Amino acid sequence: MNTVSPTIPIAPAGGTKSAAFEYLTTKKDELCGWARKFSLFPYPFVTACCAMEFMSVSSSPYDTDRFGAALPRFSPRQSDLLMVVGTVTHKQAPILLKVYEQMCEPKWVMAFGVCATSGGFYQNYAAVAGIDRIIPVDVYVPGCPPRPETVIDGIMQLQDKIARQKHAIITKDF
Amino acid sequence: MSAAIFDSIRSQFGSLAADSTVSHGTLVLPIEPDALMGLAQTLKGTFRFDMLLDVTAIDWPARQPRFDVVWHFYSTTHKVRVRVRTQVGESDPMVASLTPLYGSAAFLERECHEMYGIRFTGNKDLRPILLYEGFVGYPLRKDYPKLGEQPLVNYREGFDIADRTGN
Amino acid sequence: MDMKIPNPIRPAFDTPQRDDTVIVNIGPSHPATHGTIQIIAELDGEKILRTDVHCGYLHRGFEKECEDHTWHNLIPYVDRLNYCSALINDFAYCDAVEQLMGVEITPRTKYLRTLLAEYSRLADHLTCIAATLMELGAMTAFLYLVMIRDYIYEHIADLTGARVTYSYGRIGGLARDLPDGWLKRLEDILVQYEEFIGRVHGLMDRNRIFIDRTRDVGVLTTADAIDLGFTGPILRSTGVPRDLRKDTPYLAYAELDFEVPVGIKGDNYDRYYVRMREMDESVHMIRQLIDMLPAGPINVDDRRCTLPPKPLVYNEIESLINHFKLIMDGPRVPAGEIYVAHEGANGELGFFLVSDGTGTPYKVHVRSPSFVHMGGASRMLDGYQLADLIPTFGSINMIGGECDR
Repeated sequence: MNTVSPTIPIAPAGGTKSAAFEYLTTKKDELCGWARKFSLFPYPFVTACCAMEFMSVSSSPYDTDRFGAALPRFSPRQSDLLMVVGTVTHKQAPILLKVYEQMCEPKWVMAFGVCATSGGFYQNYAAVAGIDRIIPVDVYVPGCPPRPETVIDGIMQLQDKIARQKHAIITKDF
Repeated sequence: MSAAIFDSIRSQFGSLAADSTVSHGTLVLPIEPDALMGLAQTLKGTFRFDMLLDVTAIDWPARQPRFDVVWHFYSTTHKVRVRVRTQVGESDPMVASLTPLYGSAAFLERECHEMYGIRFTGNKDLRPILLYEGFVGYPLRKDYPKLGEQPLVNYREGFDIADRTGN
Repeated sequence: MDMKIPNPIRPAFDTPQRDDTVIVNIGPSHPATHGTIQIIAELDGEKILRTDVHCGYLHRGFEKECEDHTWHNLIPYVDRLNYCSALINDFAYCDAVEQLMGVEITPRTKYLRTLLAEYSRLADHLTCIAATLMELGAMTAFLYLVMIRDYIYEHIADLTGARVTYSYGRIGGLARDLPDGWLKRLEDILVQYEEFIGRVHGLMDRNRIFIDRTRDVGVLTTADAIDLGFTGPILRSTGVPRDLRKDTPYLAYAELDFEVPVGIKGDNYDRYYVRMREMDESVHMIRQLIDMLPAGPINVDDRRCTLPPKPLVYNEIESLINHFKLIMDGPRVPAGEIYVAHEGANGELGFFLVSDGTGTPYKVHVRSPSFVHMGGASRMLDGYQLADLIPTFGSINMIGGECDR
């Protein structure tokens, strides 16, 4: 146990924390998770046929606006959800990596469609067999192309994931 | 009416395209590679074949010469199509470029070049169009493996090119 | 990260012509270039001096895949070429294989394929116009058009099982026949389509801003269009009534009464209006076809390509072997080659098939209209403003799957 109890709750180097500290960080994570999950700014990295379903899911009657994920931001600096919609080929892979690196933390990646998940049925020299070979992926939405309901399910699962995450906003660690 | 125009084309090019046939409604003119430019100029000028539809190649690895290069022309006035084909070998796959006659030849020849390695003399811009800089090989040749990937971006930890097995 | 990310292309020019011009890169991840086109433009202020169009970012190796699958197994790949109007690709490919095999489809299939091809063309033009209008800022028109497109998708899903890419064509016929009530719902959708299109016409046709942004922008002359290989609505917008459905009729088009709309100037406004009129003509054709649809079987009774009926497969050894061979080896197509072109939503969609006599193709080459149009895109972009690139590019209707295959 620490001999000094600080007036401002900062995590001490030993790793043991007080109950009040734990309670505050949990509530902080819940609050940030709630705010972040309902205000997703997608960057639609659109390449192929899944774009048709992306257009459908953004419009009525499926509407991603209900989830707060309606407004696409076409600049990676301003967005936090990278939706890779469609096949990524080896020619496109450097572009995908560049866009991913230009995004600021926190950022999440959704692999929309089976080509982004695993390459789909394009198993040849040209297509990357799944974008997780290049960038880390948070949620995989399968389908060729996925029905809008599947995409919405994927967004909801991503929202659950964001809600459960730890959100480091005060310092680098918490 | 297409028979009439085909007959007049065949009589015009009697010696150049001796084995011409009509296959599924298209006139097929097999020629020597050198005869291409003259034939195309006559097709465009005299017979009003004003649109070059397509340029592609077929790879027959067991045969000498190895490649068939195939052009499709369309006439918006006569509404018929003509297929011109020639054979080139693997050691020197060169044909004349149709870019002086048809604007559409530029992109079509670039694609045929990068996929099969056919060189089109006279086309100054044969950069890869569907493939990327640094891609080695000609993918649509029969000896190029289907899974022959050449990634531009290094894969993350745990992924390896060698883990792609069959289909 | 200090890993250097390689550049996949080599630009045609990388030094500006003058001191006061600048070279910018547009795409390939860009909302208005429909995802996969990179345009390197040299600008003098806002005016585009020259462009270098790079496609190929969606090259998925369709032709290489074809050499590994049977003629039947290719149908899902063919769908994903022009994915906005997937049924047209299906039917064009199946038509090419059927002609090479010498198989004649049944009358019901002929009319049904024509009807569904026009229905798909409707979906494609809706998507093209919706995307172009949205990029110009007309969100309301986009939402109206996508609403109708969604009805069409759900309706085709009732028939084929999928919303966007269907794999519905079969060599020798179709996958399944129409369910009950499908034609009634079709009538309802066409009525709703007319109401929504009336609204879009009211919003856009005489809209000052729309006219200013699209009239005399991206002008293409007829001579340039034919030289550069343009076909489809773009060629028709220059004033030339060239349409494969009228010039070299296939399927049931010879028996239908329809017009071929043409433009006057070849600019963006004409391309928008030609597509709007083509949609109306498609609806007119669909209505005629609903009345002309004969009863009868969907698949031709030819054991070379059609699977035998299941009761026979389970009871007779010949049908069992026939079924097995068709699935495992594919339908045997006699050696030879053929080029068949249908009028796709973008223009002449051609399939050049080379067969070596087995159930697997030797070569399948697609003459894709979008790819050829990208070759001519520079002619339509040079000399106009940077902001004009958006409507011009949208009106070309470049579909990545078709352009890059």
